[in-house]
Amino acid sequence: MASNTDVSERQRSARQRLRIIAGHLQKSEGNEHTALSAQECKAETPRSNAAKVTAVPKRRQEIMKWNGWGYSDSRFLFNKKGQAEFTGKRYRLSGLILPSLKDWFEGTFGANLQHKSPATASLNVSAVPPPTLNELFVEELKAAGVALSTGPEDRVFRSHGHCLHEVFALREGRIGRIPDLVVWPNCHDDVVKIVELACKHNVCLIPYGGGTSVSSALECPPEETRSIVSLDTSQMNRILWIDEKNLTAHVEAGIIGQDLERQLNESGYCTGHEPDSMEFSSLGGWVATRASGMKKNIYGNIEDLVVHIKMVTPRGVIEKSCQGPRMSTGPDIHHFILGSEGTLGVVTEVTMKIRPVPEYQKYGSIVFPNFQQGVACLREVAKQRCAPASIRLMDNEQFQFGHALKPQVSSIFTSFLDGLKKFYITKFKGFDPHHLCVATLLFEGDREKVLQHEKQVYDIAAKFGGLAAGEDNGQRGYMLTFVIAYLRDLGMDYYVIGESFETSVPWDRVLDLCRNVKERIVRECKERGVQFPPLSTCRVTQTYDVGACVYFYFAFNYRGLSDPIHVYEQVEHTAREEILANGGSLSHHHGVGKLRKEWMRETVSSVGLGMLKSIKDYVDPNNIFGNRNLL
Amino acid sequence: MASKVLYSLRDPVSKKRDDFEDILEERRNSSDLRYALKCYTPAVYRNLVPCTASMLKNLVLESDALRYVINQVSVESGESPETVQEEASQVLEEMAHRLQLSTIRFFALTLSKAFKALYRSVRVNEEGVQRLQQAIQEHPVVLLPSHRSYMDFLMMSYLLFTYDLALPVIAAGMDFMSMKFVGEMLRMSGAFFIRRSFGGDKLYWAVFSEYVKTMLRNGYAPVEFFLEGTRSRTAKSLTPKTGLLNIVMEPFFKGEVFDVNLVPVSISYERILEESLYARELLGVPKPKESTSGLLKARRILSEDFGTMHVYFGAPVSVRSLAQGHISRSQYNLVPRHVPQRPVADTQAFVNDVAFRLVRLQEENMVLKPWALISTLLLQNPDGVELSALTQQADWLRHLALSFGAFLDWPDGEPCSKVISSSLTIHRNLARVSEGRVRLVVPEASGAELSAEEAEFHRAVSVLSCASYRNQSLHVFVRPALLAVAMQTANSNRRDELYKSFNILRNIFSNEFILCPGASVQDFEEACYLLVKCGAVQELKQEVVMSSSGQTTLSFLCSLLEPFLHGYQVVCRCLCEDPQEDLPEKNFVPAVRNFALQLILAGSLRYYEALSSDLQKNALAALIRLNAVKQLKTGDRVLLKIDKMAVNSLEDALGGNIPTQKPVLARL
Repeated sequence: MASNTDVSERQRSARQRLRIIAGHLQKSEGNEHTALSAQECKAETPRSNAAKVTAVPKRRQEIMKWNGWGYSDSRFLFNKKGQAEFTGKRYRLSGLILPSLKDWFEGTFGANLQHKSPATASLNVSAVPPPTLNELFVEELKAAGVALSTGPEDRVFRSHGHCLHEVFALREGRIGRIPDLVVWPNCHDDVVKIVELACKHNVCLIPYGGGTSVSSALECPPEETRSIVSLDTSQMNRILWIDEKNLTAHVEAGIIGQDLERQLNESGYCTGHEPDSMEFSSLGGWVATRASGMKKNIYGNIEDLVVHIKMVTPRGVIEKSCQGPRMSTGPDIHHFILGSEGTLGVVTEVTMKIRPVPEYQKYGSIVFPNFQQGVACLREVAKQRCAPASIRLMDNEQFQFGHALKPQVSSIFTSFLDGLKKFYITKFKGFDPHHLCVATLLFEGDREKVLQHEKQVYDIAAKFGGLAAGEDNGQRGYMLTFVIAYLRDLGMDYYVIGESFETSVPWDRVLDLCRNVKERIVRECKERGVQFPPLSTCRVTQTYDVGACVYFYFAFNYRGLSDPIHVYEQVEHTAREEILANGGSLSHHHGVGKLRKEWMRETVSSVGLGMLKSIKDYVDPNNIFGNRNLL
Repeated sequence: MASKVLYSLRDPVSKKRDDFEDILEERRNSSDLRYALKCYTPAVYRNLVPCTASMLKNLVLESDALRYVINQVSVESGESPETVQEEASQVLEEMAHRLQLSTIRFFALTLSKAFKALYRSVRVNEEGVQRLQQAIQEHPVVLLPSHRSYMDFLMMSYLLFTYDLALPVIAAGMDFMSMKFVGEMLRMSGAFFIRRSFGGDKLYWAVFSEYVKTMLRNGYAPVEFFLEGTRSRTAKSLTPKTGLLNIVMEPFFKGEVFDVNLVPVSISYERILEESLYARELLGVPKPKESTSGLLKARRILSEDFGTMHVYFGAPVSVRSLAQGHISRSQYNLVPRHVPQRPVADTQAFVNDVAFRLVRLQEENMVLKPWALISTLLLQNPDGVELSALTQQADWLRHLALSFGAFLDWPDGEPCSKVISSSLTIHRNLARVSEGRVRLVVPEASGAELSAEEAEFHRAVSVLSCASYRNQSLHVFVRPALLAVAMQTANSNRRDELYKSFNILRNIFSNEFILCPGASVQDFEEACYLLVKCGAVQELKQEVVMSSSGQTTLSFLCSLLEPFLHGYQVVCRCLCEDPQEDLPEKNFVPAVRNFALQLILAGSLRYYEALSSDLQKNALAALIRLNAVKQLKTGDRVLLKIDKMAVNSLEDALGGNIPTQKPVLARL
């Protein structure tokens, strides 16, 4: 390992790195609220790093909401004065008043603070169906010393992801088919044992990582008659080793994003993989869904980041024999695992690329007169291959949404400055406030290069009528993605439901797809009796050589509808059909799960689907991994 | 497939139609000049990309689609891309419109004067105008007027100007271009010119389709064209052409626009300007070349009375809803959208179905004047009819037409005799009352004695002129009439047998009348429904039988189709009796005309429609479609190879030999 001076140097940069993460994620580091995962793994796994504090404890109910997003202490609410505020201490927004949110909320959705639709306050334990247990399986598990629980809260927490219908049902206190048992393996060998026993006793296993799925992937198939066991990987959360010569880290797959980054930062490294769900989602989940991170332009998506994967399947363990950077050894078996969505086995350990923590980070933003110009600029940036770590283009509606989240300004001077900025852009430059849109940027690297890079990007933007609009706007743009799920909970308190979905699409179709999908949503809502025009907005969130990833937010006021969730699902369904008809993909990074299964054949052809099925048939002939995702 | 949704059976009578307003009324009471100079601020497409006519040309020339084809043509022909580009630029120059508001204002002024002189009133459904105004703002709009007269597109632009709607760009045939000054005037009022045929010319097609699509995508202006391709000389709707329709739907198929609104417009004339011109043309006098001096000579018509004109703006039809479930737009995902792709069979079938559907919508909203019914009755009584009998029959026919859903503009509360006499006033050049009998007018030849042929020719002109008014109402009667004929020819009353005969007839006549492809069951059902409704037939379990009071109706309907049945038989017989196996296509029309003329002179044929090149060509198209005649192309010449057996059996299907007198003819 490194010398002492190295260590202190690393700690210094780690601290800096933490500040950066905190910048767009958390208010302060080191929330010492968590239980320690004390139990030593019984297997003889070498541990270079002792298990660190994890942000999410084994008993999730201690700090997480049971029927909403994220931490129990953090939520939006309208206070007695009718002003929006965000509670808790964890985020930059925490404890702040958001004066313009109410007007935006009421104006956009036709919602009214008098009309509340509160959620069931607490989980009614007696409503939870008793578990169907396979006694022999449970006995043998206990004998093997694997931690397990049949507690109703533990089971309910692992019965869902964060699709609208899942959260909505919980808010109404409706509980459907849920796992009968939760098991917590501590290491790879525990998983091997569990899978063996599951095969032996024919129980159904559903791997559970961070629980942030938005594809119905965690839903228990109602037709499943066997005992369903949720295999929670959260206790497999150690970094097993770091290889500084090759810049790789070997990590247990249950580690969640924020822990992984924090712990690597302490050694001066990072993976750079930052999906919007990184606070809660796990490494194994990323692999299983082909996740994508906000900064993929520098670090790559999950498939570019993994060097080696170990997965336990009913047939045994699958892994490669070496860690060569590229191989020509037939189809890459990693690609059978990436995106398998828990249908083939449990990912237990992953070797990942790591990078030194960047020296300098800078946010930025650009205002464009309209969305078309913005897309043209992003296309040019992609063409010149000079995309910053992250570049996102919000449409006008989303820009206004972001604006509504501006906290109360502290001084008259700031508000004067804001006014001046607004005047300059709308009056002097002639941008129409109802058409302009904003790109948010994040640069990373060494200081000099960042500044140079920044200039290059702003120069391109200028050719498309873009004006630099400051760091603050940029940072707020990224904050929106972290708090959006909290905002959805607020909406649901006032008859507003919504969700996001995404796609990837070739450059030449980006504009057409965005326009058509947004319009389709508006039209379908109207046809289905939604009383007020919905929020239908999009942003381009990733750029590639040949296309872009587009993210849609869709929400509406459901007062007057007898079955809002059904309406919602129908509209989302037609929106997805519109996406496919406009040359978009079924999913860029959310995955297929059970929500988008029906389009798989169309997406990969019958032969393609047959290939996937034959793999499933070989690897898991008895459908032990029976979550029925994907196929 | 597609047809199921598009042509669901419904009662045509239950259709609600809008009321009309006369737009000339205001013109007669206020200054035309002030009107022409009025403030014009039309509502435009909400996603309009503002653009001038010349910018538009550049957009087209610089488009990926055109550049792709230019390179392709350059590689194939060996010419340099610059040369081809220059060629494309010339094509566009020849084609493009130069819409100018000042020209429109000029037309607004002069046409106001002209319309007031020609027409008693020009009646427009204002609700339709309001729907159109909405539609223009929502999505790109395609205006699809019926085409019976040159007046059509002048009137369309005039109306849109009057109602403060976005002025259309209009696809016009190149023939106008030869009218020096007028061609340019039309160009400046929004017409763009396309060659009549450019089958193999890739570059031309590319320029043309990109030009139209660019205007549509940018919401530049409503695009207007005639589905029928040309003016109908017979007042029957023509089989729609699908080329342009395909072009305007493509931006939707490829996701470039959210939707396209198709707006059928029905323009009906009480009296058509080109009346006798058309008849002469059908009889083989070549169409006079459009020329400015010709137009000026036509000035004298300004002193005549052309009655009332109706313009009905139909409800916009969304391409998106039509395509729902029929077109998979994702088929375009795998090829860049600027690369031209031949539409797959499914798409072609869909566009064709839509084209027919739209023409039927045009037909349904065509306003029929009493004369359309009176002329029908007159033609069925070539020796004239007692005025009192005519009055009685007209009243009867009026009720039949209404029960079949005709959009009839019959003056309320006026006695039938008065309606007839006022119709006869307007159409005094066609029919007259003499000695208490109403009969067709045959113009007296001036000067020398006429040969027998010439006399028949003169008679044919007036019969065909009159027939064009009868034809206006054919779409109302055609389905029940086909069933009536089927009932007469089939050997049984069994539904399935009747359907078989019906279907054979329908198949033969599907170039003659607008009968939607693949909708034969629906058409049969509709025919049964209407005949039951008017009490002419009864539907029993497996049978359809004539009711006791049905004879009158059924014989009327049969005689309505007689000219066509006999005309087709004449064509068949002419081909069968031709001594040669092969007939050069260009000789076909003269041969049939001569053959028919001989039959008429011999007294064995009494239907002058057999002389009409329109009927002859439709019959030939049917024979080719049914594989009884094949076209062989050798160089420039096209030979018709006749399968005499097949032609003969078709003739039989139409009713065997031409009967001298059939009982049904002694009708009414």
